Amino acid sequence: MFFAPVLSRHPMHIPDGFLSLLVSIIFWMISIIVIRIALRKTNQTLDERQVPLMGVLAAAIFAGQMLNFSVTGGTSGHLLGAAIATILLGPWAAVLVMTSVVIVQALLFQDGGLLALGANIFNMAVVGVFVSYAIYTWLITLFRKQSWGMLFAGFVAAWGSIFVASLSCALQLALSGTSPANIAIPAMGGIHVLIGIGEGLITLGALAFLFVAQKDLLTTQGNIKITNKGILIGGSVIALMLTVLSPLASSHPDGLEWVAEQHGFLENAREALYEFIPDYVMPGISNPALATIAAGILGAIIVFSVAYGVARAEKRVTKGKSLRG
Amino acid sequence: MWQVRMESNSPVHRADARVKVTLTLAFILFLNMAPHQAWPIYILFLTVLLSMILLARMSIWRVIRRTLLVTPFILAAFPLIFSGPVPHLSISIFGSDVIKYSPEGLGRFISIAVKAWLSTSAAIMLTLTTSFPDILTALAYYGVPKLFIAILGLMWRYLFIINDEVLRMMRARDSRSAVTPCTQQVGGSLFWRARVTGSMVGSLLLRSLERSVRLYAAMLSRGYNGELFTLEANALSHTERRILSLGVLLLGVLWGMSLFIGD
Repeated sequence: MFFAPVLSRHPMHIPDGFLSLLVSIIFWMISIIVIRIALRKTNQTLDERQVPLMGVLAAAIFAGQMLNFSVTGGTSGHLLGAAIATILLGPWAAVLVMTSVVIVQALLFQDGGLLALGANIFNMAVVGVFVSYAIYTWLITLFRKQSWGMLFAGFVAAWGSIFVASLSCALQLALSGTSPANIAIPAMGGIHVLIGIGEGLITLGALAFLFVAQKDLLTTQGNIKITNKGILIGGSVIALMLTVLSPLASSHPDGLEWVAEQHGFLENAREALYEFIPDYVMPGISNPALATIAAGILGAIIVFSVAYGVARAEKRVTKGKSLRG
Repeated sequence: MWQVRMESNSPVHRADARVKVTLTLAFILFLNMAPHQAWPIYILFLTVLLSMILLARMSIWRVIRRTLLVTPFILAAFPLIFSGPVPHLSISIFGSDVIKYSPEGLGRFISIAVKAWLSTSAAIMLTLTTSFPDILTALAYYGVPKLFIAILGLMWRYLFIINDEVLRMMRARDSRSAVTPCTQQVGGSLFWRARVTGSMVGSLLLRSLERSVRLYAAMLSRGYNGELFTLEANALSHTERRILSLGVLLLGVLWGMSLFIGD
């Protein structure tokens, strides 16, 4: 399985089980809204040739994540691709491309969970692209004339997209009560400060190559005009908020835990249900241990009878076939 | 190589993608809604999963091997063992040294690991038994926008071609960066290596852009005018509906029971 190294190295793809249901649903909703807007914008502003372009580039970025270079020991630098996609395609198309990449990673290679997919799309496709766009646009306007300005902006945008996305990932884990904020945020942020450098260097190399090979690609499509004020502001706000919020959250983990507990209304609802239902469900069993065992046996019977029924049906089908054949 | 779908003619393989997608999502959703430390329920979910693996006539080891990909992430939940809620117990190692841990936190950690493993296995089952175009048709049926389905479909078609291209590029790089026994370092300085990789990415993107232009021309010559056509899925049969609702009901019952068991 040669693709194993591709899959096991992103410490940013959250599997299922690590996020609380509420956090999963919130980020699913945010991601769906952003994707909807991105679909509308690309439909409006871009011609029909964008469909093959986005499809092929999504495949290229997915496969390009295999390209790595050794740093020291066993570690290697590699590409996530949000920044280079943003610079090449503009933000809205990049959101769609990166979303496709994250979806295929989750659906086909289990790199990231399905329930957690919303959060993963948010981190890598929304935060990654918006932050890249904001940083790149600010720096490009700052170093307007210099040719190295573009390369520098690309490097910082790539580094920033990784770093801020990792903070977002750590905050999601902390909000879910999975990983304490004072450990998750410094650990995630710390690793990604370094991983981001790898991303930045590769993006820089790619931009330098494209600048030499096909300059118009970067000047017509890539030289982003500030037409997307919304993303510019959104990306800047996300970057600022997360970089300011994270040290705060990590130095006051109790605050975040308090938020997590306050928001754990599902837990509360469950307790309410627990107080409400026992009178109805297992009448006659007052001993909680006994009730547990009874529920377990009941569940086992249901599961096995269903499995048995399916197996029986299957056997009958194959028997019928073999008789006929 | 890219072992994505295992060909077989089991009932699970033959089942409609919509049924499988929905049941997989229901499995993951209900499992993750179950409280922490509801051990008996986890075993029941495992039973469901195992019976599906058996029904699909797949090797359990293959599924387990693929789930190992998740394991590094479990580190993220590891601190829970020590930072979990009070009371903290202490275990002494080597006499005087004492480690304080929270039994509650340990329970949560194991619960998260179990849930992550079960969810991943369920997702792997879906991948191994369902072809990606079928999954896309199911997603289109559930209202995912056409444009997005089209992008995903094209991405899927070109994934393997471009993957091969990347492999060729990497082989070319490897064959030009020989390692002598005395210097373990491959190629030049770190910056140089990063730049080479960057150039490879750049050239990959450039080739892909050109490929997309050719693809667009090919699509145009076959009458593409911006209108997207996707396969229309036919309505679910009566049996499929019954399997679907029974499955969701079963998983829902498991979740309901977990509310009385977990903590």
